[in-house]
Amino acid sequence: MSTLNTQHLRNYPAKPAQVYLYGTCLADSLFPDSGIDAIEFLEQQGVEVIYPQGQTCCGQPAYNSGYQDEAKAVALAQVAQFPKNIPIVIISGSCGGMMRHHYPDLLKDEAGITEFCDRIFEFTEFLVHVLKIKLDDKGEPEKVALHTSCAARREMGVHITGRALIDQLDNVELINHNYESECCGFGGTFSVKHGDISGAMVKDKTKNLVNADVVRFISADWGCMMNINGALEYQKQSLRGEHIASYLLKRTQNHASEQGE
Amino acid sequence: MAAEQFDPNESKYAASARAFRDNVSRDLGNDELRDNFRGAMDYLMDKRTKAFVDGDELETLREQCKLIKQRCLLKLPHLLEQLEENLQANGIQVHWAETITDANDIIAQLITEKNGKTVVKGKSMVSEETALNDYLEERDIECLESDMGEYIVQLANEHPSHIIMPAIHQNKKQVADLFADNIEGFKHTTDVDALIGEGRRVLREKFCNADVGITGVNFAVAETGTLCLVENEGNGRMCTTVPDLHIAITGIEKVVEFLDDVPPLLSLLTRSATGQLISTYFNMISHPRQNDEKDGPQEVHLVLLDNGRSQAFADEELRQTLQCIRCGACMNHCPVYTRIGGHAYGTVYPGPIGKIISPHMLGLEATNNLPTASSLCGACGEVCPVKIPIPKLLLRLRKESVKPANDETTVMKGEGSGRKKIEAVIWQGWSLMHKYALIYNTSMWFATRLRKLMPKKVGVWTSVRTAPKLAPKTLHEKIKARNKTRSAQQQNTIATQNIGGK
Ligand code: SF4
Repeated sequence: MSTLNTQHLRNYPAKPAQVYLYGTCLADSLFPDSGIDAIEFLEQQGVEVIYPQGQTCCGQPAYNSGYQDEAKAVALAQVAQFPKNIPIVIISGSCGGMMRHHYPDLLKDEAGITEFCDRIFEFTEFLVHVLKIKLDDKGEPEKVALHTSCAARREMGVHITGRALIDQLDNVELINHNYESECCGFGGTFSVKHGDISGAMVKDKTKNLVNADVVRFISADWGCMMNINGALEYQKQSLRGEHIASYLLKRTQNHASEQGE
Repeated sequence: MAAEQFDPNESKYAASARAFRDNVSRDLGNDELRDNFRGAMDYLMDKRTKAFVDGDELETLREQCKLIKQRCLLKLPHLLEQLEENLQANGIQVHWAETITDANDIIAQLITEKNGKTVVKGKSMVSEETALNDYLEERDIECLESDMGEYIVQLANEHPSHIIMPAIHQNKKQVADLFADNIEGFKHTTDVDALIGEGRRVLREKFCNADVGITGVNFAVAETGTLCLVENEGNGRMCTTVPDLHIAITGIEKVVEFLDDVPPLLSLLTRSATGQLISTYFNMISHPRQNDEKDGPQEVHLVLLDNGRSQAFADEELRQTLQCIRCGACMNHCPVYTRIGGHAYGTVYPGPIGKIISPHMLGLEATNNLPTASSLCGACGEVCPVKIPIPKLLLRLRKESVKPANDETTVMKGEGSGRKKIEAVIWQGWSLMHKYALIYNTSMWFATRLRKLMPKKVGVWTSVRTAPKLAPKTLHEKIKARNKTRSAQQQNTIATQNIGGK
């Protein structure tokens, strides 16, 4: 089963002392705690986290709507926020896809853009491939499902790293749900422009997650999760999605993995 | 040629593409249709997976086929000339059609010259593109679809909803009802074999008496002047051998350079489309009937249609659209196609390929809803055997669609037609706000403080979901506060240590 695209293979650096965190606009205004949890988790791994206060949004909404000049202005402003040559860790797969795979096109005339894009790592990718993390599960036994965003899956190949992390948690059983690789129907402005199609997609996605009979689902992308959680809440289901940074922190709390190293 | 040139904006497909949103609500609400599609797509996805057991082989072959198609497109004008020359040397006549009217006129004239009254057709999406059946019917030429799926669609007075399986939106009960209404003496049954047998019986009679056979082409080989036709039912072979006149019609992008280019493309085509390792029939047509041959048409013609393809060809990025070998895998894997079905698109080619090729055929005015009707999930690009970056092309078409009027580069017909003033102003404001952190952070500060005033209903979003709720404090603020406490703590520790040390 090697259907992995070659673009997913990259050279990973050694563990750095410092990283930047890219919080994303959704986490900033709607779900800030997952950003704090990501920082705390990274710090527990002995990595110092710098959060430039000038960051806003990766530019994806305008880019995907065809307003590329408008997206470009925002993208350039982001690049300027991360001058040091250290990794930029992003807690959302689709924003990671934007910065790593679409910036080279959008900002092709800018000097140093390739080097900038090379410093982009999605959170789970960073944990698995750069920190080579070993997790020590302290939680109660439970069953969960994983939802990866399409961009994370197909542009970054990080459905594999998300899975690898959950597999490291001894007391957690990862349940496959039907149509796992199928889109949840978010797609940014798509969910507004074509709300009826998007609505049909998220209905099916929630049905399949609920049928998986898990206590929660884990995701590394707030776009999808806002969509799916919103639909679950609307349907008065008890199931909810949790960001993988918060989940990992909770499961390993006070037990930094490096203790044994 | 045509007395009056056909305006693509007036075609039935342009009109139905413009009605995309209405079509979507109509078909999304049809549960039987949604079930038919879900079942069929699951089946096809599964078949494709089983046909590609070796992931590495698949990737190598995709890369190879992408390169073949890109090479052929790079040399397209030259290859078309070479194809014409070699076909003519083989005794096959070549006609060039810039528009669909040109193509229809050429075909009608060829038929009339031979006094043709009845036509049997093999499956050809290009002839759907030109709405050939309607055109011939108006001239009292009877045109019978001979592919089983096409035949069903024709009986139902519909157009295909899938490029490989035209009648995939119908289940066996619906087909049985259709036959009962249309075929005299048909005994109602939902047994699939019996249904196919009945269709065959009707078609056989027609084959024997048809004056003309019309088919599409899967690959036209420039080097040898050969037309290749892939099919499963044998009807294609009947259409190309029984009648005295065979007319093939194809888009200009179907030309390949060498005979050697065909086997890898064919292998990907059949496996991607139906999961078959090879199709039941593969016809190679190199000339009309020779003196010592017992069957075959006296005359063979090829109509090469442009219909917007050269517009796609002119732009290096958009040119990738023409790599398509029409396998249909992108629609089989598309979550949007699965939900709304092929007819909702309103275009000849539905699904992801339809979204990127139809704007070239019908103009962006009629089709600017199509590129936006995608979540950009990337499933289409992931399965496309010739690696067309469909999501990327959708982004490009979105950009062309909302292009400002003062942009002087011209790429596509209808560019800028999707631009709405208010939307443009919103994005400009959005850009300004996210470009300057000060404006962004101030706006967010106010938004989070005033979050209680946020509406509980936000358009279509809240018809199936609850509204997103703003946090009391942004991540920016939380981190600022956290850093402050931390440095205060550090100061304290240092102070304590210092005191302790003294
Ligand atoms: S775009 Fe690709 S997947 Fe879709 S029909 Fe064409 S070749 Fe097949």
